[in-house]
This record gives sequence, C-alpha cells and structure tokens, in this order.
Amino acid sequence: MRSIDYSIEPSVVEGKPTLAAIDDVVTRPLDTKPTTSWYVAISISGTMLLVGIISLAVTFIFGVGAWGVNQPVGWGFDIVNFVFWVGIGHAGTLISAILFLLRQRWRTGIARFAEAMTIFAVMCAGLFPLIHTGRPWLDGYLMPYPNQHSLWVNFTSPLLWDVFAVSTYFTVSLIFWYVGLIPDFATLRDRATSKIKKIIYSIFSLGWRHSNRHWQHYEMAYLILAGFATPLVLSVHTIVSFDFAVSVIPGWHTTIFPPYFVAGAVFSGFAMVQNMLILIRKIFNLKHIITLDHLEKMNKVMLTTGLMVGYAYAMEFFIAWYSGNATEQFVFLNRALGPYAWAYWIMVSCNVLIPQFFWFKKLRRSIVVMFIIGVLVNVGMWFERFVIVVTSLSRDYLPSSWGHYIPSIFDIGIFIGSFGLFFTLLLLFIKTVPVVSLSEVKAVIDGAQPTHGGRH
Amino acid sequence: MNNKTLYSVSGLFNTPNEIIHASEETVNAGYKKFDVHSPYPLHGMNQAMNLKPSKLGFITLIFGLSGAAFALAFMWWVNVIEYPLVIGGKPLFQLPAFIPVTFEVTVLSAAIFTVVGMLFVMFKFPNNSHPLHDTDYMKKVSADKYGLTIQSIDLQFDENKVTSFLKSLGASEVFSIHYDGEELRTDNKIFNPKFILFLIVTAAVVSGATYFTLNKLLFMSPFNWMVEQDRVNPQSKNEFFADGFGMREPVEGAISRGFTPYKFKGQPENAARYLINSLPMTEINLKIGKEKFEIFCSPCHGNFGKGDSRLKGQFPNPPTLHSEKVRTWSDGAIFHVITDGQNVMPSHAQQISIEERWAVVNYIRVLQSAVNAKESDLK
Repeated sequence: MRSIDYSIEPSVVEGKPTLAAIDDVVTRPLDTKPTTSWYVAISISGTMLLVGIISLAVTFIFGVGAWGVNQPVGWGFDIVNFVFWVGIGHAGTLISAILFLLRQRWRTGIARFAEAMTIFAVMCAGLFPLIHTGRPWLDGYLMPYPNQHSLWVNFTSPLLWDVFAVSTYFTVSLIFWYVGLIPDFATLRDRATSKIKKIIYSIFSLGWRHSNRHWQHYEMAYLILAGFATPLVLSVHTIVSFDFAVSVIPGWHTTIFPPYFVAGAVFSGFAMVQNMLILIRKIFNLKHIITLDHLEKMNKVMLTTGLMVGYAYAMEFFIAWYSGNATEQFVFLNRALGPYAWAYWIMVSCNVLIPQFFWFKKLRRSIVVMFIIGVLVNVGMWFERFVIVVTSLSRDYLPSSWGHYIPSIFDIGIFIGSFGLFFTLLLLFIKTVPVVSLSEVKAVIDGAQPTHGGRH
Repeated sequence: MNNKTLYSVSGLFNTPNEIIHASEETVNAGYKKFDVHSPYPLHGMNQAMNLKPSKLGFITLIFGLSGAAFALAFMWWVNVIEYPLVIGGKPLFQLPAFIPVTFEVTVLSAAIFTVVGMLFVMFKFPNNSHPLHDTDYMKKVSADKYGLTIQSIDLQFDENKVTSFLKSLGASEVFSIHYDGEELRTDNKIFNPKFILFLIVTAAVVSGATYFTLNKLLFMSPFNWMVEQDRVNPQSKNEFFADGFGMREPVEGAISRGFTPYKFKGQPENAARYLINSLPMTEINLKIGKEKFEIFCSPCHGNFGKGDSRLKGQFPNPPTLHSEKVRTWSDGAIFHVITDGQNVMPSHAQQISIEERWAVVNYIRVLQSAVNAKESDLK
C-alpha cells in the first residue's frame, strides 16, 4: 500500500511557471489579433443571435400569440429557458464564492471564467420573464416605484420575489466579478503599450496600486462578498422553485423543490463551465493553469449533484405514492408514461444514468468522454425543466381542460438566440478581459507565499 | 537633486520572504508612512506591516441591517398604510411572505455599500494621478516584483538614509519617485469646465432619452397598450355602419336587463286605480324608503317632503307633499309619479327599483302622518 502525505497540498498550477510567464500567457489573447477560429466562432454565434432577434421582433409585433403557449399551458419555452439559464449561472457563483469559503485553492484557475458565465447566463435568463410578460415595454411596472396610480407590486407573490432575486443576483455577481478584476486591470494598465488601451484599463482599474494597505481591505471585501454570494445563490434558485412550489398545480406543489432545483442548477452549471473550459484551455494554451485535475474535480461535483437530482426524481414518485393523493399519483405516472414520456426518459437517462460513467477515474479524466457527458447533462437538465413546466400544466385536475403543448418556430428561434447571446458575450469576454484571474493564480503558484519560518 | 517634489523612495525585492523581512525592519526602524506593493496579497503581510484588522465588516453590518430594516418597513408601509389590500385572506403584514424580498434587499445593500465604501471612500478611488502610476516601480510590482515605498512625508525621512536603508535590506533596485505637475494640482477637478460640460451633456442626453422613451417611444408601433384592441370603442366613429356611428340604437322593443316595462306609462288615472301597494309597513322597508327618499327625492322635495329644495333655484321648487291633494292620492298615484315623472320631474324608474319605489311611497305616508297627525295616530 502506498501511503499519501495529506499534509502537503498538491500544486494547483502545473509546471512551476514564473509570475511573468502567467501574465504573458493569460494576456496573450488580449494583445494579439483574433484568430480565424475566433472569427468563425463569432460569426456562428452572431448568426444564432440574429435568429433570436428576428424571432423577438416577430414576438413584439404579433404578441406572444406567435408562441406555442395557450390554455392550459401558459408557461412554455419562455419559463423553461428562464429556469435553465438561471441554473447555468449558479455554477459560477458556486465556484467563485462557495469554493472560496471552503478554501479550495484549485478554484482560482477557473473562477473568473465561471463568474463571467454566471453574468452572461443570468442576462440570458432575465430576457425570458421580461418577454414572457407579453408587453415587455411595460416591464417597469415590475419594480415598486411611486406612481400616480398609488399602485404597488404584490410583495407576497413568488413572481415578485423572482424579480428581486434575479436582479440582486445579477448585480452582486457583477460587483463580485468586477472587484476581482480591478487588480488585473491594473496589471493590464501597466503592461499596455498602446495609448487607448492604457486609458481604458486606467479607467477600469480605478487607479489600483497593488498596495498592501489596500490588499488588506480588499481581501476582507472579497471574503464578505463571498459570504453574501453563497446564501444568495441558494436563495435565487430556491425562489425560482417557489414560482412552482407555491402554486397548487399537481407536480409543482412540493417542498422538495428548493433543494432539488439548487442541486440541478449546480449540476447543469458545472457541465456548462466544464464544456467551455475544455475549449478555452485548448485554444489559449492554458492547460497548465486550467489543469486536468480541475476538470476531474468538476466531474466529481457533477457526479454528486447528479445523484442528488436522481434522488429527487425518485423521491417525487415516492411522495406521490405515499401521499395517497390521486392527482399527484396521476401526474407522475403521466410524466413517465404519458404524451411527454420521451422528454421524461431523455431527462432520466441524461441526468441520472449517463453521469454514472464518472465513477471510473479513466472516464473522468478523458477529455472526449467528459465533454460528451457535459453536453448530455445540459440536454437532460433542459428537458428536466421542460418536463416540470409542461407536463404539470398540460394535464392538471380537470381532464376537460387538458391540452398539448407544441412550441412554435419562434419559441425555438428565441431559444437559439439566447445561446447566440451567451456565446457572443463569452467570445467578446475572452478577447477583452483576462480569462484567468492573474492576481489569484499568482498567489497560489509554488513559492508565491512567504515561508513562515523562524520569527512567525 | 532637482526641482521636482519628492514623493518617496521605493525599493524592489525579488522574493516574498525578502519583502516580509524588509517590512518588519521598516516597522522596527520607526517609519510610519510606508507601504508595500505586491502583485497579489501576501500571507502574513498584515502582521509584518503592523496593520490593524480591517474594519470593512462594520460598513457591511450597518448597511446590511439598514437594507433589511428599509425593506421590511417599506413593505409594511405599502401593504398596511399606503394601499391596504387583503391578499388570500392573510393579514396585511405577512412577515413570512416578506422574508425573500427582505433578504435580497439586505444582500444587495450590503454588497453595494461594502464595495462602494471600500473603493470610493476608504481608498479614495478613482485616482489615476497618483505619483506611483506610470513609474518603472509600479510596472514591476504590477507583474512579478515586491516593492517597499517610504514616503517623504514620514517624520524620519531623509532621502539618502532611506536609500541606503533599503539597499541594506537587500533591495535589488531603488527609485526616487517624484510628483509630476498634474499630480501636484490642488484645485478641485469637479469645477474643471470640461468636466462641467460633460455633466451638462450627460444630463441633457439622459433626460432627453428618458423623455422620448417614456412619452413618445412607448406609444409608437409595435409598442401597444391594453386599451388598444381590435374593437369599436364607445362614443367613437366607425365607417362600418352607414350613419358613421360606432354605437347602435337598441332594436325596437328591446328591454334592458333587469328592467320591467311599465304598463301605465302616461295613464295616471289607471295607475291610481289599479296599482296596489303590497309592501308591508315594516321597519326595514321604511329604512330602505328613507334611504332612497333622501338620496333621490330630498334634493328637490326637502328632507321632510315640504318642498324646501336645497337646489337654491337651480331647478323649480316642487309643491309640498303634505298638501291635501297628495295626502288623498292613492299609493298607486304616488308610485306612478315616481315611475313616470310629472311636469318637470323626470322618471326615476332607472334609479329606483320597483320594490324600492313602494318603500319610498310608504315612507312618504309616514312623513305625511307625522306632519298632519290625527287623533287616531296617538293610540
């Protein structure tokens, strides 16, 4: 038996790069002209975005009648996509905040990118409830503001909680991200060779001087923000699940929803971050900073949260049977055997069965396998939201008011457009901002911290 | 050395251990106005520089609690004071339902004010005209070196002494850093004409865009409002009908919902003869009669039916209801006048239902016997 000394922390960065070498490799995409593959990628994502814009324009002109929603399924693709995108965002906060509080040093290499994904995913998510209102130009009424009608929002409605939760989540994520970026902008400012770049980076760095009198407060601020972001991220998906759980629709009215939604969100978010990082580390030669160990750890998180989600699926069936409530029992049988059974079984196989391959170390460390599993997990998680939203609404208490939901081409167009928006923003991000946090990665490479001998 | 003002003397060190040692020695030598610059936060530097623990947490605490208190108080004010609205039969102040919003506002307020307080109040950022900016020293500590700066305002400062002190600690390079002209300006940059012009332009653009969006853009196509529907609105023109009116006359013989046609229209004698008051003189009926009388009859006839109009000549005064003539009328005759009108009095059939009309008749009878009481009424 080989004994392992757990008191020595393994290095989270491979190959002992110097501090200057990290600056060079991370800032290279910012200082060089985009490659052909970048142009190809942005033209594809731009086209997807354009498809979305056209579909949105059609929706604006004809109203939500252009979509597949109708009685009884009034929540279709719009709400499915909203929950899907909010979930994608959660991995970023988990990596940047929760893993920070847990002192997981390996997070430094991937935190910046994951946070950026959070922000872009929440932007995509926010789009859907706004257009779901039907007249998006009147969305100002969602906020409680003093008006001459003396009209206020309903503070007891989960939909209003959602407005607060998602907007707070976006704002705090953006602040968290920006605070992390300030020292990097200062480094970029001091490296900049062109005058325009220097002015832009000076503005964004706010005049950061790397002073240790500042670092002291900065680290405290980072800790506080991480401390707040952690309950915040849990609250956001909890409140999203309240949109369903507080209603009385069979299959929605369950107390398991908040933890089940949060686990699902982390699951799908990690899959998306893992997919994107595989591409980024390959394209920008960051394999020594975003290492295979990082990806393996993310796969372990996916395996864990996948099991939680699988447990929730099983528990929903158990509670339906155990409650003795005929409507509840029907809803779950209908999910597995009814007209949307195909969606249900896609969900189960992608979310519960396929991640089980991650039990094998060889598969967990194989780039090709983990990429495919990551994509399938996101497919599965999208269908999970589809199953929850559509099956419950299409067949509720009254058989006379049952219906069948089929999305229209514009629903699909807007969905494609949201991916276009997400990828376009990501592609712009990787060309303008360092995808890896310079100051954080420098702090965790070997020899970066003083050895506390003698006087300490 | 030259005519420029000295800001500091700064030395560069190559390893984290050296800089920790250097800052400890600087503290021991009694320097107060010094700072350490490093590309990332160093463990143990706070102790080495003898810094007090950060008090940033207090800002977070104060603004977090204020956010929570504000959110709760605001929701209480909205739901209990400003617009009390019972939702789902629950109390007006529903603490459990207010918790999510309170939590979100707490986090938002704490996060924003922590960062704003740190960057803009504690660090006095944005500050891009600090003497350390654009120096070789800053470029190196920004990348991979560790720097120690002793400022010229320190009481023990002496340029040559500090330079040799830093060299003795093992500094690889020592710089003297001077202010440049821009950094020494003390006038308030807020009053810079360019900045004021920028503010004016921003204000004009923002207010103009807001005005245009809220008052013009929102009323253009494809933006529409709920009142704009594919239908004919009342009182509007419509070319579909030959006469151009959007509204139609009722079909001949149509009866409004809940309205019973009156068969003695224009026949007071028949009404007086054939209509029979079947409503008993109960207290409830009289109450209804009194209420309706005071709403519909009293403005002209007076509160007691004496013909003392409150309209002060805007409408001709009716005669008293206590006259011999009215007292000897049958109930049906009074009912007919209320239903069909008489002289300048219009019909009140639309306002007062049939039952209520009989109640009014009963009430008039009570008024009449109160004013002209007979011996028999006393019994």
